[in-house]
Amino acid sequence: MAKFKGAIVIDIEKCKGCGLCVEVCPQDVIVLGNNVNAKGYFYADIIKEDCTACENCVMVCPDTVITLYKAKLEV
Amino acid sequence: MDVKFESWKEIIKDENIVFKKTKVLTDNVLSYCPGCGHGVAHRLIAETIEEMGIQDQTIGIAPVGCSVLAYEFFDIDMQQAAHGRATALATAIKRLYPNKFVFTYQGDGDLAAIGGNETLHACNRGENIVVIFINNGIYGMTGGQMAPTTLDGMVTSTSPYGRDPQIMGHPIHMTELVAKLPGTYYVTRQSVHKPANVRKAKKAIRKAFENQQQNKGLSFIEIVSNCNSGWKMTPIEANKWMEENMFKVFPLGDIKVEGQIIKEL
Repeated sequence: MAKFKGAIVIDIEKCKGCGLCVEVCPQDVIVLGNNVNAKGYFYADIIKEDCTACENCVMVCPDTVITLYKAKLEV
Repeated sequence: MDVKFESWKEIIKDENIVFKKTKVLTDNVLSYCPGCGHGVAHRLIAETIEEMGIQDQTIGIAPVGCSVLAYEFFDIDMQQAAHGRATALATAIKRLYPNKFVFTYQGDGDLAAIGGNETLHACNRGENIVVIFINNGIYGMTGGQMAPTTLDGMVTSTSPYGRDPQIMGHPIHMTELVAKLPGTYYVTRQSVHKPANVRKAKKAIRKAFENQQQNKGLSFIEIVSNCNSGWKMTPIEANKWMEENMFKVFPLGDIKVEGQIIKEL
């Protein structure tokens, strides 16, 4: 079975820290961090590299700040 | 670009992009509160427009309400209507430009309260437009007052002891109401709080625009949404509250497909 590996990039200046992506991520890749952006929101931060490119976070993000990448994993 | 891990450097390349912000949305930061369903609804409409390749043929109607600035966020032709009159304006635009795609984007205060008359008659006439109705049971922009769609017993700033049906009436079911009118072709109720619901909502929006392409008649899509500021909750709590309370009164699913009512009303 071909395995896929994902990676996400979050536009932290546009993130409003609603936390919806944190709730839906099955791998707990995203957390709400302790840092604030220029607007004063605690933006979403990436803590793990276990992303599977399931697309959950990009589906629920109201501000479309997440870009998702997906590549085939060489085994 | 800020790459977080070494192992991700190989993955983060332009050819591996599976999702990025659509070009039909502008780069302006949305004026909505964190976690608001408007953002996802905007994105779904914009993605549908991009996928169908109709960016230069689409005219949107912005309402009065939180989404009054929708024309700042869509990179298409937009017109802002007087309060509640979006469907009336859409009627005029569609009749003048029958080859353009016309949609209205309205909240519950705009569509169900002030614009109740316009909405019902546009649906009854069967204008060939798409109506997107965001229902969060509250007047979000003005500070969380009671709307026609507020649930029985729901606390708002103008019903601090909960909505009392004896005095204030029951929540109005606009979607069921317009489904009974012969002019509507496709009537559905969706939500955008979970990934699966977002995908379903996108399919519904796509279907609605395709109906318009084929001159089938009016498509009416209600999106049950949250208003975490108005409900005084966090976005996650608000979504949970919506699932537990709003969906009982406003059950999700298709109500009218291809002009036939498929759900017992």
